Amino acid sequence: MLYFILRRCVMLIPVLIGLTLVMFAIARLLPGDPVGLAAGPNATQEEIAALAREFGLDKPIWVQYANYVGGLLQGDLGTSLLTRRPVAADIAAFLPATLELVIAAMTIAVVVGIPLGLVTAVWRNRWPDYVSQVLAIGAISMPRFFLGLLLQLCFAMWLMWLPLGGRLPIIVFPPPTVTGFLTIDTLIAGDLEAFWTALRHLAMPAIAMSLSPLATIMRMMRASTIEVMNQDYVMTARALGLPRGKIILKYVARNAVSATLTVIGLYFGWLLGGTVLVETVFDWPGLGLYATKAIISQDMMPVIGVALVIGLLFVVANLIIDLAYGVINPKVRYS
Amino acid sequence: MAPPLLSIRDLHLTMTSFEGEAHVLNGIDLTVRRGEIWGLVGESGCGKSLTGLSISRLVPAPPAAYKRGEIAFEGRDLLRLPMREVQALRGKRIGMIFQDPTTNLNPAYRIGEQLVDVALAAAKHDPSILDCEAGAGRRTRRRAAHRLAAEMLDRVGIPNAEERLDNYPHEFSGGMRQRVLIAMALIGRPDLLIADEPTTALDVSVQAQILKLLKGTVSDHDIGVILITHNLGVVAETCTHVAVMYAGNIVERGPVAEVINRPAHPYTRALMAAIPTRASQRGSLNGLGGAVPNLVTPPPGCRFAPRCARAIAACSAQQPPALPVAGEHHAACIRLAESEELEHV
Repeated sequence: MLYFILRRCVMLIPVLIGLTLVMFAIARLLPGDPVGLAAGPNATQEEIAALAREFGLDKPIWVQYANYVGGLLQGDLGTSLLTRRPVAADIAAFLPATLELVIAAMTIAVVVGIPLGLVTAVWRNRWPDYVSQVLAIGAISMPRFFLGLLLQLCFAMWLMWLPLGGRLPIIVFPPPTVTGFLTIDTLIAGDLEAFWTALRHLAMPAIAMSLSPLATIMRMMRASTIEVMNQDYVMTARALGLPRGKIILKYVARNAVSATLTVIGLYFGWLLGGTVLVETVFDWPGLGLYATKAIISQDMMPVIGVALVIGLLFVVANLIIDLAYGVINPKVRYS
Repeated sequence: MAPPLLSIRDLHLTMTSFEGEAHVLNGIDLTVRRGEIWGLVGESGCGKSLTGLSISRLVPAPPAAYKRGEIAFEGRDLLRLPMREVQALRGKRIGMIFQDPTTNLNPAYRIGEQLVDVALAAAKHDPSILDCEAGAGRRTRRRAAHRLAAEMLDRVGIPNAEERLDNYPHEFSGGMRQRVLIAMALIGRPDLLIADEPTTALDVSVQAQILKLLKGTVSDHDIGVILITHNLGVVAETCTHVAVMYAGNIVERGPVAEVINRPAHPYTRALMAAIPTRASQRGSLNGLGGAVPNLVTPPPGCRFAPRCARAIAACSAQQPPALPVAGEHHAACIRLAESEELEHV
């Protein structure tokens, strides 16, 4: 098990090297004049050249890359041209908000999607199945930002149950940062009222993000449950008189979940990279907003940094999924 | 006299398919008593597995529909029993073993857990099998079931049974897995065991062990067994009785020695002739000409008539009844009387 994790971590290195190379090449080869943009419209040629020199952008690209990797090994993700703040510090500030959102969304998707998939498989071709199939197609095909707007309209404007956006209102003192997840930090601080507020702010964006993975997980779970229900061992369990509920919840569910795990891992990465729209709609101060601002101003260091971090998280998420396989399916273990 | 353990009478089963309604079981008659091992033989698709599954009511309906007949288990007709009561019989009174031991155990759970689950389910209807007081707590029952599981594994010949309970199915060989499945089928102390091709997926050497185990179980527990197979050698080796099936009918049935030594039905004879012997020459396999009939539009009368060398016009007039050959030995063929002479032609 430990050996397996170690091996996977070693395999991470070429992935990260490749990622930096590609990102670096794209960032530098992109047309545009990031230095000119950063220096401002009234800057003289000399000022622009000075700025380029300051950031080492006057050097050949391979030297720039070498410098970047050198910094990377020391945990330095470079400096933003625009804000002149270190990228690593920025990411550390914005990442928890995004992670909290994505994890909340995936939790909803898994906790609701898997039982729903099981239920629709067991009652397939009857009304619960039809209803949820129609809803699932709706959920998959609806753009997330539009869904976000709908939710806002419904729960914030009409019903006024939930706040329109943001993480915490200004009037609430933020808890001391431990994990960066406001819901967890408020709990650690023992401030239940702030926890409730944070949770209410998290609810809508998380739901908006969760629906399409939820629908996909449900569909996958439905398909794999149907497949598992046709397996010989399910017939044996029935022939030997195991109660139907136990067969489905224990014997079928576990085998069906393992087929669904892959999708969960993939969706996690997909959500991480695609938070921008939801973050914009809900004014959620996360990585997506940060990266978008950087892209618009051609500020490439933050863009590369965000891509790296998301890539890293994606790989880690899939490592966790692979480990979960081993827990659920003993045959996969130690191989 | 007490009713026989199992008595199937005039069982008709149809399946709705794209082509239409297939008459897959066409009047099955079979009686199994305690201590008897009935071999159910026939080609693929002749309905032998469906007969076995019907007894546990495991044939999905629809598409299946029982048109006529009854399956009486100790006098109670399973076809008219509410599903809940049928379910209460499964695993407790009627045990089943299936063909492929690699796919019939759940890969995600330790075999101990699977055995315990079956034992606990069986104990719900008959607490005595766990050998602990009525109203015992969950934990106590679980422990008793665990003990019983180890005992069963030991009884089916798995060494280190206690430790093996913690293994997953993939850690067993095929023969061992089939033993586990037999233990699972027997843990609820069934009175009738239906074994559907239990040795087909196994090596010949392992086959013999498993068959011996089944035979031993019958004499130890005085249960009835239906052994579904397409291997006449297995039948000759293991069974006390045999029923030969063809296209949804039992064409011949009786004590195994009788049927094998003096087969009366042309189909049984053809089956016997198809078994290569040591004396047969290379390249001289005796196959049976023709093909299994389409069950959506079966031939009229005797379903074997189109392939039968001795068929006459009357064979296609109506379905032949089971006629006595000698004692319990019956064959469904109207040309039985003449067949003795024809033997020497």
